[in-house]
Amino acid sequence: MTRFLPDEFRIPAIGAGVIVLAALLPLFDDGFYLAMAVNIVLYAALCTAWALFSGPTHYISLATAAFFGLGTYAVALGNELLPFPLLVALGAAIAAVLAGFVGAATLRISGVYFVIFTLGLAELVRQIVSWAQVKWSTRMGLYVFTDFTEAHIYWMLLALTAAVFLTGWLINRSRLGFAMQIIGNDEAVARHCGIDTARLKIILFMISGAFIGMAGAIVAPRYLYVAPPSAFNPTISFLVVIMALLGGTRWLWGPLVGVIPFTIVMEFVSANFPNDTSIVIGIVFLVIVYVLPDGVTGRLEQLLARMRRTSTASKAATVKEAA
Amino acid sequence: MSAALSVTTVRKSFGGLVAVNDLSFEVERGELYGLIGPNGSGKTTMLNLISGALQPDAGEIKLAGATISGLAAHRIARLGVARTFQLVRVLPSMDAERNVMAGAVFGHRSLWGAELHELARELLALVGLRGREHVPVVAMTYIDQKRVELARAIASDPQVLLLDEWLAGLNPSELAIGIELIERLSRQGRTIIMVEHVMDAIRTLCGRCLVMSSGRLIKEGGVAEVLSDPEVVRAYLGDDDA
Amino acid sequence: MEILVTGILLGGTYALIALGLTLQYGVARIMNLATGETLVAACFITFWLFASYQVSPLWGLVLVAPAAFAINWAIYMWLLKPLVDRAKNQGMLEVDSILATFGLLFLFQGLMLRGFGGAYFTYTYLAERFEIFGSPYALNRVVAFLAALLIAAALYLFLYRTRSGTAVRAVAVNPNSSNLVGIDVAATAALAFALGGALTACGGTLLSTFYTFNASMGVVFTLKALIIVIMGGVGDVRGATLAALILGITETAVASLIDPGLMLAATYALFMLVLLFRPQGIFGKQPT
Repeated sequence: MTRFLPDEFRIPAIGAGVIVLAALLPLFDDGFYLAMAVNIVLYAALCTAWALFSGPTHYISLATAAFFGLGTYAVALGNELLPFPLLVALGAAIAAVLAGFVGAATLRISGVYFVIFTLGLAELVRQIVSWAQVKWSTRMGLYVFTDFTEAHIYWMLLALTAAVFLTGWLINRSRLGFAMQIIGNDEAVARHCGIDTARLKIILFMISGAFIGMAGAIVAPRYLYVAPPSAFNPTISFLVVIMALLGGTRWLWGPLVGVIPFTIVMEFVSANFPNDTSIVIGIVFLVIVYVLPDGVTGRLEQLLARMRRTSTASKAATVKEAA
Repeated sequence: MSAALSVTTVRKSFGGLVAVNDLSFEVERGELYGLIGPNGSGKTTMLNLISGALQPDAGEIKLAGATISGLAAHRIARLGVARTFQLVRVLPSMDAERNVMAGAVFGHRSLWGAELHELARELLALVGLRGREHVPVVAMTYIDQKRVELARAIASDPQVLLLDEWLAGLNPSELAIGIELIERLSRQGRTIIMVEHVMDAIRTLCGRCLVMSSGRLIKEGGVAEVLSDPEVVRAYLGDDDA
Repeated sequence: MEILVTGILLGGTYALIALGLTLQYGVARIMNLATGETLVAACFITFWLFASYQVSPLWGLVLVAPAAFAINWAIYMWLLKPLVDRAKNQGMLEVDSILATFGLLFLFQGLMLRGFGGAYFTYTYLAERFEIFGSPYALNRVVAFLAALLIAAALYLFLYRTRSGTAVRAVAVNPNSSNLVGIDVAATAALAFALGGALTACGGTLLSTFYTFNASMGVVFTLKALIIVIMGGVGDVRGATLAALILGITETAVASLIDPGLMLAATYALFMLVLLFRPQGIFGKQPT
């Protein structure tokens, strides 16, 4: 992937084209479809950012809701004090600090501890935020008044998604990306090649967390009223894991393949069977494990590889005969 | 001038089992040093201690005079220790070229871009895989995977190269190729420590060697002298490889 | 003193839950993230037996434990064993079992939400006063603690005095060499998983006598159980018991001295201390 082929820039070019097209959507609709598009773009950003870290390391992070909620809270608390872009940056910074902290505590030891630590992280942060709010102010929630319309939020999320993709693309071409690929293959070999595996994992987790924090900050105006239980909703963490794994994390655009259909299905389920969302989530998890362990894109890749193998096998045979 | 690698009274135990028992030896620059002994005598543990995969309980390991024992594996790698593994370990999702590149980016040598590709191609040619740069390693034979692993190890331009039974599992004709390859690396002036069961290879390649048994040094010195020593023969008695 | 006693009484129930998980993770090598749902399911079944048929929770144990054993055995054989068989290494099995048990977590939670809704449940059983060292405690908590103690003692006898118990402990230490000495590792793992599920369910039944529960609280208990298991050292029965008592006391102390809303924060604080100072568990040996 670091090979300098002329078509290397084709995918980013296609990506840019898709984003420009997607940006036109609010011109045609500002109701149901825009609302759904906001959800899709939001989860596209979240899942792709999640997969930046969890894809190569195979560590299942459930910290998404914590990072997301911190971003939301940064905006809710500072809305009347600081300009919005600064608050988004602040949300990113706070989330990155938390990610660094969690990573430093657990990633040096083992992946299981990491999963366990992130499992309750959103709930932990929620408890602390609620406690602090009760202690230092009397209100349980915060109002977020801005002039942003749904379309503005959509465009900002789209820009964020583009930024996540660009970052992922740049990482894949960088030493960091190469190092993560080696770590994903064989961590012991990575260490003996001189890679500080724990440090790189923490850095990547911080990058991923920062983007998730930004997403939380950007959608804060959509909520109008922000309270701890809604901002730190742990379901977000699980939805992100499902969508990303459903799509597959081997490729940067893999999660997107899961996000689009799943957001639409969830929209349908929560509108028609609001009590059964857990059952649907449970079944999709089981489907991923037993039917699509590498996601939809992984399955496609397998099929392609099988086709290619038959062709290279015949080619190799002819080379051998020639030699 | 200090030795390329010096090991001083290094000890490592696992629970009650002392795998390496107060072992001391020195390897000179440019030397090809053999580390032999029956199965379970602690040879691989010794390599793991040098490369930092394990930490010694006591004793000191120095690389060109600087202490490396106690450092993390990645720091030791950056200082110039590279290794291969007893059971070949390649990076399965990558092609041969990227496997070799992995050795030269983060370690003792830090290359990127065109230079890196150039180096990988050169080293693959050196180990006899010219033109196979873009073959996925999982599609390669065992010996070719071993070649890739060796190329990755030397890609970092290490001060000391550790080979853990690199010749094991090769058939006779492959063995001849392998021995010649190690010899070529040694002639380039590399310092190599090889753990090996193939005695013919030790005889052909090494100047000096060390024999371990149950974690202890039982003999060190010139290969011919060591291998004819009665105590060494006794240690190996019953071992088919002797 | 009151905090200490209340904490220990709570810790007894936690110990059962954690013992269940430590068997499942330490022996069967399955990180069961649906363990909290087993617990909550047991709470609901006990409630239902008590409310509809006036079955005392202590008799409920006799029904709940074997049922949980059978269900967990079936889950292991049908859902988890295929994952064990296909995993190329421990890391892959960990990821797979985490995801699969997430699936079960949501599935069970969804089914319980269907059956009982999202409301909080509680029932009155042995709610009279009971005095220890001159301070009053609820009798149901004391009874739950004693029952937990009995069950834990039975487990201890099983593990240390019977043949299959020894096999379970051997597999916890090293599955490969256990195989060599003629232990059927697969069957032992299934037994340990089922037994672990039964213990967790017992914990749930006892918990329901004094605790207000709802269909979606499983995750919090899973987290507590996981932290106890790590504190105690994976697969270590004594460690898990001690860690459970420590967690019970810490939670009670934080809830009564600072703020009940910070119970989880207290759990995490303990977890952090363990990760920083004794990642191998209280009684664990330094890794070699």
